[in-house]
Amino acid sequence: MKMDAPDAVLFDLAQTPVRELNQFLHGDLAGVKRVVVGNPDGAHSIAVGVDAAVEVLIDGHAGYYAAGMNKHAAVTIAGNAGPGVAENMMSGTVRVKGFASVSAGASANGGLLVIEGDAGLRCGISLKGADIVVGGDVGAFSAFMAQAGRIVVCGNAAENLGDSLYEAVLYVKGEVKSLGADARFEPMTEGDFSAVAELLAAAGLKHDARTFKRIASAKQLYHWNADANQEY
Amino acid sequence: MCGIVGLLVKKPALRLRLGELMLPMLIGMTERGPDSAGMAVFTEPVADGLHKLSLFSGEGAAGAKYDWAALEAKLRANCDPAARLFVKANHAVLGIARPVAEVKAWLKANASVIQVLSSGTSIDLYKDVGLPADIARRYDFGALAGTHLVGHTRMATESAVTVENAHPYTAGLDWCLVHNGSLSNPHQLRRQLEPLGIEFDGDCDTEAACRYLEWRMREGDDLEAALHKGFEAFDGFFTFLMGTRDKLALVRDPFACKPAIVAETDDYVAIASEFRSLAHLPDVKHAQLFEPKPEHIYSWSI
Repeated sequence: MKMDAPDAVLFDLAQTPVRELNQFLHGDLAGVKRVVVGNPDGAHSIAVGVDAAVEVLIDGHAGYYAAGMNKHAAVTIAGNAGPGVAENMMSGTVRVKGFASVSAGASANGGLLVIEGDAGLRCGISLKGADIVVGGDVGAFSAFMAQAGRIVVCGNAAENLGDSLYEAVLYVKGEVKSLGADARFEPMTEGDFSAVAELLAAAGLKHDARTFKRIASAKQLYHWNADANQEY
Repeated sequence: MCGIVGLLVKKPALRLRLGELMLPMLIGMTERGPDSAGMAVFTEPVADGLHKLSLFSGEGAAGAKYDWAALEAKLRANCDPAARLFVKANHAVLGIARPVAEVKAWLKANASVIQVLSSGTSIDLYKDVGLPADIARRYDFGALAGTHLVGHTRMATESAVTVENAHPYTAGLDWCLVHNGSLSNPHQLRRQLEPLGIEFDGDCDTEAACRYLEWRMREGDDLEAALHKGFEAFDGFFTFLMGTRDKLALVRDPFACKPAIVAETDDYVAIASEFRSLAHLPDVKHAQLFEPKPEHIYSWSI
């Protein structure tokens, strides 16, 4: 670790273990505005569990679970993210400049996850209230069992989008290969258009909110239907 | 959990550096697979009509003490006068002029301690139990030369930690496969293949997939057609990396639970379970990086 400006700290992961970085981020960050992580080289669990309004720049590609459980921090990954980026985020923002692997934003409660490239399968699985904006495509089974929050997809969605959705709402600009069980297209309201415009603005992505479609739960799976033919 | 690595060099000048480029890739996958490791390397093919077998003399000190010179002498006297052994600790590559099946049968009858790990015209195969770095040192992986290779680090989940159950798996000639994942119907596949005369060496789920695909190709399917049938036949989770005499191929199951990432430059195609195994390749900063899509067949030719 070294100070490269009065309020900025540099950790070179080629020299310093991730654990040391994370212990620093979990300590008293008074006076620290910005932490730069050099040579991340796909290491796991970079900047997990941060609970402070600090900026973290991961200057390369991150491995599994980067910025998991984030609270308040603004984490930017200059490259790609491995599986489970920003999983269980509570607040703050996480931005991936490249692509994100599977399960991006899994179970995230709050905050904003921006993936400028594509996201892999199961993006926003079990989402619990966070917002996710994906500049490219999302993989199969995205928003599986998503309970609350919003996902904006500027590209296409692969198979079974929104399978077993609860109250989360999805907006897709491109093609949806198929919807999962109980997900359905619904008309866009003025409230939806302004929500999409606001999320795109927060993500810094330029698209016309009027070109997005809304997908939400038909809520047919909320209650057990004993009268249905129980055929599988 | 397991780690996979693959590397194909596109320029002949890089063939001598194949092992050196791969070494940090394999060691980078140690946490994903610390109990055993293996490496299949595809070299320049042997001369027409000749073949080579990769032999293993057993684990640990007992295997290291094996009398390879005596085996070579017996082979020359009783089986194949052209037999030549190139020994590396518990492994040896055996060059032969007699048919592969005949030499394998002779070995089974006369040197039962020896396991035949691979056979073909290009493939050499090494596998052993222990940490990847120790195995790489034991067999001097850094000095391997060739066109492409397929490696694996294993964390056993469904069968014992043995050399038989370590990857890569081979079947037939110049064919190998490594697996990250778990199949739920290997016994069903095995019951389909054994009545056709296909014999199994171990009890790992991966062997069933390896032998299934080799059987399809022997029946006339090309690799792509065999893999399409595999997508129907295999139930479970898999990222498979496969090697043939002139190709690397990569597929993932429809749920793509098991990771893979590809880096491609003008010089090489490198595949690993995670980017941390690719991070030290030359010029990887300018490589085209992507995650393979589920149920999509990727292949690269030498």
